[in-house]
Amino acid sequence: MNEARTTATTPTFSDVNRDVIKTLAPPGNLYFAWMSVVALILAGGILAWAYQIWIGMGAAGKRTPQMWAMYITTFVFWIGIGHAGTLISAILYLFRARWRTSIYRAAEAMTIFAVLTAGLFPLIHAGRMWFAYFLLPYPNQRDLWPNFRSPLVWDVFAISTYLSISTVFFIVGLVPDIAALRDSATGWRRRIYAMLSLGWEGSHEQWRHYRRAYGLFAALATPLVLSVHSVVSWDFAMALVPGWHSTLFAPFFVNGAIFSGFAMVLVLVIPMRHFFGLHAYIQDRHLDAMAKLILVTSLVLTYFYLCEVFTAWYSGDHFERASLFWRMTKEYAWAIWLMYFCNCVAPLVLFFKRARTNTVVLYVVSILVLIGMWFERFNIIVPSLGRAFYPYAWGIYWPSPTDTAIVIGSFAWFFLLFLGFIKLMPSVSVVEVKETLPPPVKDAAHASHH
Amino acid sequence: MPPTTETVLGVFAHVDTTVRALEELRAKGYHDVTVYTPVPVHEIEDVLERDRPVSRVRLFTLLGGLTGIASAFILTIWTSAKWGLVTGGKFLQYGPGGGIWGASIPPFFIIAFELMVLFGGIATLIGLVTLARLPRVRPSPAFDPRFTNDRFGVAVHCPPERGPSVHEILSKAGAEEVRFVTGASV
Repeated sequence: MNEARTTATTPTFSDVNRDVIKTLAPPGNLYFAWMSVVALILAGGILAWAYQIWIGMGAAGKRTPQMWAMYITTFVFWIGIGHAGTLISAILYLFRARWRTSIYRAAEAMTIFAVLTAGLFPLIHAGRMWFAYFLLPYPNQRDLWPNFRSPLVWDVFAISTYLSISTVFFIVGLVPDIAALRDSATGWRRRIYAMLSLGWEGSHEQWRHYRRAYGLFAALATPLVLSVHSVVSWDFAMALVPGWHSTLFAPFFVNGAIFSGFAMVLVLVIPMRHFFGLHAYIQDRHLDAMAKLILVTSLVLTYFYLCEVFTAWYSGDHFERASLFWRMTKEYAWAIWLMYFCNCVAPLVLFFKRARTNTVVLYVVSILVLIGMWFERFNIIVPSLGRAFYPYAWGIYWPSPTDTAIVIGSFAWFFLLFLGFIKLMPSVSVVEVKETLPPPVKDAAHASHH
Repeated sequence: MPPTTETVLGVFAHVDTTVRALEELRAKGYHDVTVYTPVPVHEIEDVLERDRPVSRVRLFTLLGGLTGIASAFILTIWTSAKWGLVTGGKFLQYGPGGGIWGASIPPFFIIAFELMVLFGGIATLIGLVTLARLPRVRPSPAFDPRFTNDRFGVAVHCPPERGPSVHEILSKAGAEEVRFVTGASV
């Protein structure tokens, strides 16, 4: 396991193949132990969902005015997590940020799994999820069509496009890597990889079209990343509810999404690096770069929080002020102050380089950020709906065992997908890592311009 | 009938020797060359793409994106005219200022954007698969599994009588291995 650590600081092309293929070796007991734990938690979540379908939405503690409660909180949380992957693979690709190469595959996989997790929540939340296809525009006998002026319909389009394009981007990136796996595998694995690699050979004609297409995917995905969470934020901002009705929401959500997404990348990549011995590829400077992005987005988020308070006060709007005051001082005050601590105070430790390269500190900060960002969505949704305009429509929501089990189960589902992925597919990109290495040259004097 | 072309494959361990071979082949007038590399390498691309146009994948992207925009506006405007939803006491109707001119265009830009990206992306994928001739059921005869690891391959397709001289160019440039590929039909 520690072989990779002892290889020279700059691995050669064949080292990359060897080390990445090594991550796909048959897993040990620890892996299966993790898998079992995660699968058990997921089973609990599925049972809770079955119970909710059987009994009805009341089983999940859903009642007016808090209908959105935990499910939409968790939905927005997972969509946010899904941002870092495409940010790393598309935006940082266009900016030629070379440090992205070793982590982008894991981050992209994370994106897809996070969006797949998020996608479950509107279904769970809808209650009778077998009618979910009503959301899609399809010809029907009653000539009924979705209302394209509704942010909820924009959301359907934004998220399904995001899932499709991220998946295409991910698969296109995988093709040359699977070809590398094919050429070192034998037997039935070789046959499967041969099929999945589409017979990729790496001829210059293939690369020519591939690189052009990859750049175009990145160019298409870049505005898409920024649009998805903007559209999700309009689910709220287009409504008149105090605490939601703000033009600040789109950049506020996108920034928060990047913030939490990077935290989740660290949560996944730090153990991956440890257990697979990928220290030669995922170096401290990569963690450092991600930590800096977390720090920057944390500072921007703090600015947005201040703006939120300022605009509520400066608007002079009675309801806006009352809503904010209630949120910060009454029943849910603990949640908002927890959020401020996790999102604004805890990441400040990343100002120190020693913290940015210390995996324990990074891990703790990332977990805190994830908790903080989950509570951010909770604070946007639950208290705002709890105290809107009419006092007779006010209400307090507390999670029930059913929706708690479903939310925890969603984490299990996400980790189960990721654990499965790292043993089936190269979790570090073979091709992109090689691209950042100096290519092998015979005459070193000639190669001085590298 | 004897084959009209032959393929000579040189396997290289280094980029500079590969580039040397390619320059030499160009100078001698061999243009029907296939180069296999584990990663795209700038130096090799520089030699090969001197006389090649930019990949046509971008045309697919453009057409896909435009189709996406058009279909989004058609879908949203047509359905909102077909299913008149009363908003603010007003009903979207045909007639002066009504019909498609009465449609609320600004929110439809969001759908248009999403479908532009979706169709553009899918068209790019179709473009890539078509232009790169994927999927390939059988590997091409000159392909060697080492080319996805750390070796570079130069396959030269030439008339059979030129085979020995191509063999010489490749070995002279520094190929670790040169061989005639059997069963190659270009």
